[in-house]
Amino acid sequence: MADSPSWDLLADLQLLLRFHFMQNALVVGTLVAVLAGAVGYFVVLRGQSFAAHMLSQVGFPGAAAAVLLHLPPVIGLAAFCTAAALGVGVIGRRIDAGNRMESAVVGSILAFSLGLGLLFFRLYAGSAQAVYAFLFGTILGISDRDVAATAVTAVVCLIALAAIARPLVFASVDPDVAEARGVPVRAISMAFLLLAALAVAVTVQIVGTLLIFALLVAPGACALQLTARPARGLALTVALSLLFTWTGLAVAYFTIYPVGFFITTIAFAAYVLIRIARAISRGNGASHRDAQAA
Amino acid sequence: MFAATSFSFNPLQDLQAMLAYDFMRNAFIAGGCIAAAAGLVGYFVVLRNQVFTTDALGHVAFTGGMGGLLIGLNLLVGVFGSCIAVALAIGSLGGRGRGRDVAIGTVFAWVLGLGLLFLSIFTSSHSASAGNMGISVLFGSILGMQPAQAAIASVAGLLTCIALLAIARPLLFVTLDPEVATSRGLPIRVLTAFFLILVAITVAESVQAVGALLVFGLMVTPAAVAQNLTTNPYAGMAVSAAVAVLAVWLGLTLAFYISYPVSFFITALAFGAFIVSLGVSRIHRTASV
Repeated sequence: MADSPSWDLLADLQLLLRFHFMQNALVVGTLVAVLAGAVGYFVVLRGQSFAAHMLSQVGFPGAAAAVLLHLPPVIGLAAFCTAAALGVGVIGRRIDAGNRMESAVVGSILAFSLGLGLLFFRLYAGSAQAVYAFLFGTILGISDRDVAATAVTAVVCLIALAAIARPLVFASVDPDVAEARGVPVRAISMAFLLLAALAVAVTVQIVGTLLIFALLVAPGACALQLTARPARGLALTVALSLLFTWTGLAVAYFTIYPVGFFITTIAFAAYVLIRIARAISRGNGASHRDAQAA
Repeated sequence: MFAATSFSFNPLQDLQAMLAYDFMRNAFIAGGCIAAAAGLVGYFVVLRNQVFTTDALGHVAFTGGMGGLLIGLNLLVGVFGSCIAVALAIGSLGGRGRGRDVAIGTVFAWVLGLGLLFLSIFTSSHSASAGNMGISVLFGSILGMQPAQAAIASVAGLLTCIALLAIARPLLFVTLDPEVATSRGLPIRVLTAFFLILVAITVAESVQAVGALLVFGLMVTPAAVAQNLTTNPYAGMAVSAAVAVLAVWLGLTLAFYISYPVSFFITALAFGAFIVSLGVSRIHRTASV
């Protein structure tokens, strides 16, 4: 971090890759970006961004418990997120922020799980830095074990997602027709929720529990603004997610400021720009039509 | 946190031992006032389906507090100022801050990211112990309250309770039947804006007690308990406030004897009450069927 960037991109890249921790961060970041992008597209398409938010906060005590037991945090994250996903699936209702009682219940669970995470960290006598790492993400301290666990999770999830992609699109866009055609909608939603839980678990390593929206929801939201075609949208989401992660990691490396801030800022800026561009082009289209009508 | 005293099973003596400390007295008084306000305001938050407005305000409180520290203001000034400003903005947009909205989620993830930046600038320009400042905003620091802070928190909590009780009747009317309330000539916009300001003040208060991340535990969980137990709004308000106050007082007592974080005990107790209330309402429903 003492290094300063030059205008020579190749030299910058060499600087970036000089340290082992940065190599690990980039490998994990890339895997996470691809998985979060692919899963995130469906999260937005299915209107489950609130469920993603919930899963990530339930993951926080999981990470803390794993640290307490000297396990890789990603294992604790995966265990707690999967359990939460199964719970949601068994209850069988869509988590929906619009419903009064349901949002109160989910809010209560969130507060309790964050409180539990705080307790686990206190038991571990961890420093403030350890808590921040799980709340806001970090590029430091990603171990070789974490890289291996992330790689396995990402590959398994991507294969599973590819296997259910076609019926998943169908079930997401038009559940009633899909059901009528014999697509097992419930089983597919359950499988997707589990995939989302695993994706959340690995994404938390980079952006933390609190900033998960930046990688899991923002790229998908941008892509859905730009195209309605699933294949193109999916590709665009993964590309945007990679762009946010790589830029964020690189900028964070050359400054002393945290990676979570840069990734959320880039994601937010991209989303705002796309919304503005859409509004302008729609405005132009409308005035064009008006001119034709006149 | 301060397990210097051990438990004696003589409740009166235990209470005296605990309240012999200034910081415990401050925490009991301030915590009680904050919890009463959080329970009352939270009841309407759940009734009006504005749970995610409080989530958003909690995030804003963190960033506002950190930003305030950075430019040399008091932490409280930043927390209160930012919460009230954002509540007014939400009110003027007329939106209810639904959590399912992707746009709102993206905005508030960024707001937290910004708070993280402020925190890291503040930490790197001050001593390393400044890092704990952020933790205490995120997870609360009721035992670390200065006497002046505790006094301000108590007064603000009491005033919020009084203000809420004063508008409770028309606010209930507007919440439950907005059309009829409009036709009767109630000033809906003024009432909802005023209520949002009360929510903002309560969030800023609760941040001191349980922290920005656990605001739900004090504002939403007791209200959910009340919703499970009664449909009468006035009884509900009383239950909600009582659960919040009890959770804080019992949490403080437990934390005094067992050196775990107070915020954990408060959220766990409130959550336990919620599970019990869920069971009670189930039994009631099956009994009445």
